[in-house]
Amino acid sequence: MIGTLDPKIPSGALAGKWNSHKDHARLVSPNNRRKFEIIIVGSGLAGGSAAATLGELGYRAKCFCYQDSPRRAHSIAAQGGINAAKNYQNDGDSVYRLFSDTIKGGDFRSREANVYRLAEVSANIIDQCVAQGVPFAREYGGLLANRSFGGAQVSRTFYARGQTGQQLLLGCYQALCRQIAAGTVQMFPQTEMLDLVVVDGHAKGIITRNLVSGKIDKYAADAVVLATGGYGNVFYLSTNARGCNVTATYRAYKKGALFANPCFTQIHPTCIPHSGEYQSKLTLMSESLRNDGRVWVPKRKEDCGKSPNQIPDNERDYYLERKYPSYGNLSPRDISSRAAKEVCDEGRGVGPGGRGVYLDFADAIKRLGEQTIRERYGNLFEIYEKITGDNAYKVPMRIYPAVHYTMGGLWVDYNLMSNVPGLHVIGEANFADHGANRLGASALMQGLADGYFILPYTLPNYLASQMGKRPSIDHSQFKKAESDIRAKIDNLLKINGKLSLDSIHRELGGLLWEKCGMSRNATGLREALAKIPEVRENFWHNVRVPGDGEDFNQALERAGRVADFLEFAELMCTDALARDESCGAHFRQEHQTPEGEALRDDENFATVFAWEFQGNGQIAPPKLHREPLHFETVHLTQRSYK
Amino acid sequence: MNFRLKIWRQPNAKSHGKLVDYEAKDISPNTSFLEMLDIVNEDLLARGEEPIAFDSDCREGICGTCALTINGEAHGPDHPGAVCEVYMRKFRDGETIIVEPFRVRSFPVVKDLVVDRSALDRIVQAGGFISARAGSAPEANSIPIPKPDVDLAMEAAACIGCGACAAACPNASAMLFTAAKVSHLALLPQGNPERTSRVLKMVHAMDAEGFGNCTNTYECEAVCPAEISASFIAKLNREYARASLRASVRE
Repeated sequence: MIGTLDPKIPSGALAGKWNSHKDHARLVSPNNRRKFEIIIVGSGLAGGSAAATLGELGYRAKCFCYQDSPRRAHSIAAQGGINAAKNYQNDGDSVYRLFSDTIKGGDFRSREANVYRLAEVSANIIDQCVAQGVPFAREYGGLLANRSFGGAQVSRTFYARGQTGQQLLLGCYQALCRQIAAGTVQMFPQTEMLDLVVVDGHAKGIITRNLVSGKIDKYAADAVVLATGGYGNVFYLSTNARGCNVTATYRAYKKGALFANPCFTQIHPTCIPHSGEYQSKLTLMSESLRNDGRVWVPKRKEDCGKSPNQIPDNERDYYLERKYPSYGNLSPRDISSRAAKEVCDEGRGVGPGGRGVYLDFADAIKRLGEQTIRERYGNLFEIYEKITGDNAYKVPMRIYPAVHYTMGGLWVDYNLMSNVPGLHVIGEANFADHGANRLGASALMQGLADGYFILPYTLPNYLASQMGKRPSIDHSQFKKAESDIRAKIDNLLKINGKLSLDSIHRELGGLLWEKCGMSRNATGLREALAKIPEVRENFWHNVRVPGDGEDFNQALERAGRVADFLEFAELMCTDALARDESCGAHFRQEHQTPEGEALRDDENFATVFAWEFQGNGQIAPPKLHREPLHFETVHLTQRSYK
Repeated sequence: MNFRLKIWRQPNAKSHGKLVDYEAKDISPNTSFLEMLDIVNEDLLARGEEPIAFDSDCREGICGTCALTINGEAHGPDHPGAVCEVYMRKFRDGETIIVEPFRVRSFPVVKDLVVDRSALDRIVQAGGFISARAGSAPEANSIPIPKPDVDLAMEAAACIGCGACAAACPNASAMLFTAAKVSHLALLPQGNPERTSRVLKMVHAMDAEGFGNCTNTYECEAVCPAEISASFIAKLNREYARASLRASVRE
């Protein structure tokens, strides 16, 4: 089944690939669609839009989510906006420009054909969302407004206040609700996928646990779609929701799906710093703050304990302005994040634990007046005050980078199908579009592109050959998967040790943050690879999971997810060690330019690393498969933000 | 800081619940309320007792999962905001804090502080959408919408679906929730074709779920984390009257 990875990219000129692919894809006739059952796991932008669209087309869809309602999927928390190549501003935007910006932003580690298609369908997404009633910001003439975002040279970002993700998700949730009412989609909230069932090499079902009753169920289908988001919570602290996890994709990996580029994790530079051991999550402050705030730390370590207002200007180090004079405080996410870590590592960080830098609005307030700053960022200053108790109009904000998004995910071909036939993966859960670094306002675009406009064309191409092949849930593979899951749950409940889940998860997160976070090196990664199995052993011997499996048991839910993170962490470090270059968010200290920037090695690493499961831990390391990346349209260049 | 807690414990929907006393000691004022509960749960775990079940997910006030009544107030003392945005510095050192689930007949208790709010989903399923098939949407700028209209629609659309409006209401009414969705869609031209049937179906579904009626006490508006104005309830009433009239004329 696995040899050299074939991404199945259609032939022909880049701009014509998607149209010609659609023209030649196999179809399922309307009468036959209701004979196909499709399982969709996840109800965020990708899963929700896919379920609604497939339901509308006449397939019988089952949609599963761990939340108590599909409206609560973590897409809801996205603030900034969604990109689309509409060129409404007449400022030179085009499909090509959105495509090339995305390829460059991803530091040349994504697939040209996928990214071009994403840019192409971006315009349809805006049409679709407006038709659903998404209240995007508008100009006084009644037309849609745009803003520039994440350093783009054109204004192509559509937004709904600072709640764009919420509004897009609600649009998609409402479309889903309509299909639920119509009976084409059956919704299973508070139901977690615990295993993928593969029959004769094809993904044909899942095993789930009802989180309220504890009941284990088997579901068979003609195809399975995973839309289960990213794995940022492997770091314990991240901007992800508490429930976000790697379980669905990791368990699919253990059933044969390849996991691609797991070490590509994005660290967002402007989050509220960690304030104590008890902290359960990190909160993002919109990047837009960097338009008016100046980032600094004291020049001297000894001044770090002083109140910031007592440190005169000439004793402050405005390090981003110093190092990157032309981009300054607006340098890209990965560069700003690393620079903050460096000054803190030098002992010049501020706030509790010395893990923070100042984001100072004093100059902007002097120049524009407090009222203007309040109008621009009032809600963010309020959030900051709620969390920290500080008034950022009077004292500088403290910020620090935090894990935000994961570019890695299950490997998929151009049809969004993994190497396991029938298993499709969409949204953040796959790896395809963002390369080594995602640009701002592109995550929402990708989720909806996959669900509304790509999967509905590529899935029938698979289904057309699968008529009548759906197995019964009495098939031996279902029984085996179910008994494995029951055994795993029993094992978790039997440990009965003394340690809490959080303490072990926190230890794992701290280790990854140090060794596989914003910057990595071979020594550190080897240390992490030696340490992770110890942490995992400790978990399986000493953790305490109270209660039983036949009940609403939140500790048990989390225990299963942490157990998967403890294995997945090793895969991440293995990937980071194997990728012996720096690119985008993956910064290997051994590979940097004299100025300290990421230094790619295109000759050896312009390729996707896709890992095949071979067994846990050191005994059987995962097997590496490669998919070489070809850049026929965009030329490989070094990014420079000086 | 130290606190005495009285927390609602209830094993499942069928059994009776009661308030149980706990203590939270050495809590930093910068701890969030839910993190304080995490700490209490860690202590319970260490003592071999069952942790307190409570809901939360994004912990930044947007997903609408968290739902607690603190000292009788839905989402606690720091409005506007969800309970995940409440920090312990808002309480007095040594204070006794009573923590209960959202109390609404249509939100049955699942366990301890967790309630089942699927009634809200069913109200949306009844008609809280615009039927727009993927693939046939017109060009987005083909229908200009006045900025004030879309801004007002956005104010209504900001609802996070937490159900605090019903929990705070003496009549356990979900009018603010329903009004927000009806208003959001009725204010936009795209929502116009289904405007009449939508409001009738949603109000019918709301009544069928057993929510009470509005008597203008405005508790809903006071606790709403998304600051949805109670004036949208007036809008809902107008929409409903208009739709009923149109429906009766057609008959």
